Amino acid sequence: MTAQTDDELWSAIADPSRRRVLDLLVSHGEVSASWLAGRVPFSRQAVSKHLVVLERAGLVSRRKQGREVLYQVRAGRLDQAARAMAQLAAQWDRRLAAIKRLAEAAHAENKKRNHHDR
Amino acid sequence: MAGLVIEREVLIEAPVEVVWRTITEPDQMSQWFADRVELVVEPGAHGYMEFGDQGGPVVVETVDPPTRFSFRWNHPRGEEPAAGNSMLVEFTLTPEGDERTRLRVTESGHELLAWPDAEKQRYADEHQEGWAEYLDRLAGVLAER
Repeated sequence: MTAQTDDELWSAIADPSRRRVLDLLVSHGEVSASWLAGRVPFSRQAVSKHLVVLERAGLVSRRKQGREVLYQVRAGRLDQAARAMAQLAAQWDRRLAAIKRLAEAAHAENKKRNHHDR
Repeated sequence: MAGLVIEREVLIEAPVEVVWRTITEPDQMSQWFADRVELVVEPGAHGYMEFGDQGGPVVVETVDPPTRFSFRWNHPRGEEPAAGNSMLVEFTLTPEGDERTRLRVTESGHELLAWPDAEKQRYADEHQEGWAEYLDRLAGVLAER
């Protein structure tokens, strides 16, 4: 993933309304914009805008069927995003674990010294 | 990376002042973060962090001892780190009694920062599970389908 596509990907996921749309697509498979609009508390126009952003980020693909346009999640891209995020989260977990170790050791050391001084 | 948000936290069995020193003193930072850290912990101060054979400047944003510390990093080479081109790392320390501290870290892009506080709160309320868990869950649902 290049920096540019990362940008679009994370921006796409950052918006709560788009997450709502993404959630629905993930749980219901291939659906139309009108179907989605019937299940979210925002307008059909807003749904269309969100779909454009999700499509640009590579998270959603569209297909024409008769007079309808159907949308679905691109599993590979979502999986890739999930893995990238899990990696970043794991990196912070490691850092926080190291901070915990250092702080707890320093605290134990302080306590020992205070006890000694008394 | 606009809009990206990572949120993690840990419970530490040490007073908040001790945790504060661990995350802000350069010789301590070099033990949990970068290999080498040159930093003056003052708002607006420019510093440098080295990771193996790579490294880059960091800029301190908030210093509010002993509860808030934040800095920017990961901006394009040759540019000043500012909202829009970098990631903001924010540490929040919450004392839970005399000898216990909850340490929370968020790493985020500029989009979230530009939001009004009410919007940020709504976002936090709606996404308690965090990004990693959210994406993991979606990927899991897809895999089962």
